[in-house]
Amino acid sequence: MTREVAPVALVLVSHSRGLALGAVELAAQMAPGVLLIAAGGMQDGGLGTSYDTVEEAVVEATQDGRSAVVLTDLGSAVLTAESVLDLLDEDMAARVRIADAPFVEGAVAAAVTAHGGADLAAVLASAVHAGSTFGSADGEPTVAAASDDGVLRATAVLRNPLGLHARPAAVVARMLAAYDAKVRVNGANAASVLELMKLGAKQGVELQIETEGPQAAEARDALVAAVEGGFGEV
Amino acid sequence: MTLDVAWAIGWVRLSAQTVTEHRQELIELDRQIGDGDHGENLFRGFSAVIAKLDALPAEPADIGEVLKLVATTLMSTVGGAAGPLYGTAYLRAAKATGVAQLDSQGVVALLEAALEGIVARGKATTGEKTMVDAWTPATEAAVAAADGGASPAEVLVAAADAARVGAEATIPLVATKGRASYLGERSAGHLDPGARSTELILRAAAQAAA
Repeated sequence: MTREVAPVALVLVSHSRGLALGAVELAAQMAPGVLLIAAGGMQDGGLGTSYDTVEEAVVEATQDGRSAVVLTDLGSAVLTAESVLDLLDEDMAARVRIADAPFVEGAVAAAVTAHGGADLAAVLASAVHAGSTFGSADGEPTVAAASDDGVLRATAVLRNPLGLHARPAAVVARMLAAYDAKVRVNGANAASVLELMKLGAKQGVELQIETEGPQAAEARDALVAAVEGGFGEV
Repeated sequence: MTLDVAWAIGWVRLSAQTVTEHRQELIELDRQIGDGDHGENLFRGFSAVIAKLDALPAEPADIGEVLKLVATTLMSTVGGAAGPLYGTAYLRAAKATGVAQLDSQGVVALLEAALEGIVARGKATTGEKTMVDAWTPATEAAVAAADGGASPAEVLVAAADAARVGAEATIPLVATKGRASYLGERSAGHLDPGARSTELILRAAAQAAA
């Protein structure tokens, strides 16, 4: 696991200081290697979004050549963040994206992706898709590739007493970011901590693992080992 | 007759005064369909603007400089959506008015730039029960007045009158943008607070030119 700060940081803009700090806390638990900056509330602690607070956060996030994804809660947080980017140095603003994403889910998903060393576009996509990950709960499950060519399969029994909850789901998503492979667990995209959690997999369940891509075998073996090892919790 | 930097300063002071006088009304309007902070936020923002204006070592050189001070202060201090919306409006208006004197077409350019800023920032259009519903008819009325040979002061009166009509017309609308949109149909029957504050601020502009 890398100890360096990931190249993409997150700025969490909320009307509430407490909400922003809480979202940072939640995301940090799953992505300790990512710079997460809370920009919540007015400077006097009241509810609202402060231009100055958001500007300071974005400047800090983009230091040392980092990029940053900004997550926002309600409408005016978006407007404040956009105003900051409008007036920021152009080369700094060029490395910042505002995610149209749910605040908490987007922050967690983006943080986990950023932790794997992903680039700006990937972190942004992860935040944006966090909404549809929950939104499609009643939709059709992700279908495995129709062709068997190149798809490796394995099964592993989940040993953790609490099942595939947030922490192990984040471990899986983080671990797999290191491999050039597409991985599905029971049909869910294993790079997405939210999709994994949505499986609701309980202790004793047999996970169907499918991997594809240049490092399919390595990814499969690593995941099987991690599941059978109880993600270090058992 | 043209408007100068003294008009711009007068506009800002009268805006602060009217926002202070109507603080409770704006709070009540926003409480009905929003989060109830519009009056308080604008009061805080314009109070900060006045404090900065009073602390200036020298009088601003041109109208644009005054408007830029309003823009940056509102963005930093308002807190709600009105901060970036009015902030962007004043900022765009400042860019259009880096001059010592405004004639009637200059006033039109100021209002058009402000409206463009609000639309660009809020991505709202008319009929969505927002301040755009007051700014748009105000700008259109200003264009018509200026083209008809009205003085800058008359152009501003036309704009303020049209903003009032536009604001009143938001009452039956169902909000589809902004915090009120969460209420859906229940937002109908209430005056939009942003449209009302727009009307107040444009009335202040007209009074400063009178």
